[in-house]
Amino acid sequence: MSSRTIEVNYLARVEGEGALHLRIHGDQVEEARLKIFEPPRFFEALLRGRDFREAPDITQRICGICPVAYLMSACHALEGICGVQVDGPLRELRRLLYCGEWIQSHALHVFMLHAPDFLGYQDAVQMAKDHPELVENALRLKKLGNAIMTALGGREIHPINVKVGGFYKTPRRSALLALLDELRWALDAAPTMAQQLSAFEFPEFAQDYEFASLRHDDEYPFNEGRLVSNRGLDVPVSEYDQVFVQHQVEHSTALHTRVAGRGLVHLGPLARYALNYAKLHPQARDVAQRAGLGEVCRNPFQSIVVRFVEIVYALAEAVRVIEAYREPDAPALVVEPRAGTGYGATEAPRGICYQRYTIDDDGSISASKIVAPTSVNQAVIERDLFAFASERTQLSDEALQWQCEQAIRNYDPCISCACHFLRLTVERT
Amino acid sequence: MRKKTLAVFKFASCDGCQLSLLDCEDELLALAGAIEIAHFPEASRAVMDGPYDLTLVEGSITTAHDAERIKHVRAQSRTLVTIGACATAGGIQALRNFADTAEYLSVVYARPDYIETLASSTSIASHVTVDFELRGCPIDKRQLLEVITSFLHGKRPSITDESLCADCKRADVVCVMVSKGMPCLGPATHTGCGVLCPRHDRACYGCFGPVTAANTGALAERLFQLGMRKDGVKRVFRSFNAGAPAFADESRKHE
Repeated sequence: MSSRTIEVNYLARVEGEGALHLRIHGDQVEEARLKIFEPPRFFEALLRGRDFREAPDITQRICGICPVAYLMSACHALEGICGVQVDGPLRELRRLLYCGEWIQSHALHVFMLHAPDFLGYQDAVQMAKDHPELVENALRLKKLGNAIMTALGGREIHPINVKVGGFYKTPRRSALLALLDELRWALDAAPTMAQQLSAFEFPEFAQDYEFASLRHDDEYPFNEGRLVSNRGLDVPVSEYDQVFVQHQVEHSTALHTRVAGRGLVHLGPLARYALNYAKLHPQARDVAQRAGLGEVCRNPFQSIVVRFVEIVYALAEAVRVIEAYREPDAPALVVEPRAGTGYGATEAPRGICYQRYTIDDDGSISASKIVAPTSVNQAVIERDLFAFASERTQLSDEALQWQCEQAIRNYDPCISCACHFLRLTVERT
Repeated sequence: MRKKTLAVFKFASCDGCQLSLLDCEDELLALAGAIEIAHFPEASRAVMDGPYDLTLVEGSITTAHDAERIKHVRAQSRTLVTIGACATAGGIQALRNFADTAEYLSVVYARPDYIETLASSTSIASHVTVDFELRGCPIDKRQLLEVITSFLHGKRPSITDESLCADCKRADVVCVMVSKGMPCLGPATHTGCGVLCPRHDRACYGCFGPVTAANTGALAERLFQLGMRKDGVKRVFRSFNAGAPAFADESRKHE
């Protein structure tokens, strides 16, 4: 029997350091691993002894791509402890900030990192030579997401204007209105862009996932909601630790997650879409229908289209928030510390970002727990890889490697985040 | 004429500083036309072997493997520029330098024996020769473009080494320390962010690290006068640039 190993020591077009290892004996895949060798940075340890007001700025340094997710989950957990509920215009501004993060992060992944796989390019710069309009529109969209982040947060990476209780300074209405023209351009351009994406060739690969996401009564989830799944899970965020169990594996600095008493759980755009379809704005549902998506999509390769539908949602939601915005009286609520434990979960572009803090009466953090969505998805990615490669062992090493990389990029893995988290080796024996 | 080559390497970090390059939406395609992006795995599968004309290094050194890897990166690089607080000062993960890393490991991991890490997080310059250090957590993308274009044209980047206060005055932003009594790190902090925090009614918290010859002692005294307690003064110097010598030394005085 011929045997081979396919190895990618440093995966490209993902955020952070990971590798793929595939061991094949004859026509059987024996092992498929997504290795994470991003060095650990020990956030839960270094947060101890810090004032609770410092936590959002520190935890957002876990990830330069999705800092808002870390900021927001920390704020919600800590506000919960202190008995503060941020409502009204401040809550709306938090949704707007999240719109900015989803637009920039999804646009980066959809067009710069994932689309080149479908069109056969090494990167977006090469792709731009043959598809200039696609890449120029993508950059314009990404820039718009960053402009929203900057208008509210001061800068696109590690915003400085978010605090427990609200913001340091709320934006002038005129500053937000200035974003509307570009948002309307993007909504007008969206159907054509969706059509380009939905014309890609998608491998047949529908999987039977347990999808989990937040669900809120009135809105597509960013900041708040119950933890739900398509297999009956429906609990408040405070029960996250009872329903999702972490364990450590030898080949990863990221911890793996399972649903207690069951198997793996899939987080991110496919899960949110399946569980919250009815909450999408009509423009987003229209784009989904024209792209040929049903109300549930189980093929991770089509996640690129679902991510784009979420971009359209974020664009429409941003327009809604901005048009209704009135400058609030105060930029933040007063938050006084009190001893306790709090839980925060918000929808990062890649799925649920969970944080738990315990603080003392003086506001000093005594313990914390942070779970990044990619660490939860890591085991699902490995299961996908095993199933996907098993049907394609006849391919050449080169073709199999690229398609397996693509299967990993389906999840927009953020390895810098996941580390507590990647190496491809295909080994054939 | 042969196009000059650019490489990007990552060590322990959040990816944000190299993302700044992709965040140059208006300049990215022109930049990619002017230079050969030879090694940038976050953006491209195509990776060329070195040597490279300009190498940008993000992240700090926290593993024995990375301490070796940076030497190979240096050997392949004609010019090596560090980008961001991790590469320049060790990043937030340098807080372990003031603690017991074995104890840190046990807090985060059930099986610390699976994890390979050093007891410290250190800057790139403490391992190899660095040609220029770009500050910030994250870096400012306008400064990044200045660095790239300058080195490709063989000149030093025009980035001034002065405190945030100078920029605040020029920007006509009212001093938050004087007018509102906020505990601002601006007097000791390197400029470059564009006066972000004071513009947002917030005290500077030191993302860009210490300016050369920072008078951290006088600043600490002022922070005490403003009512900050010893532990608070220690902590303000111990964040994203905790490993920068001026901030590290000052923080140790308040343990």
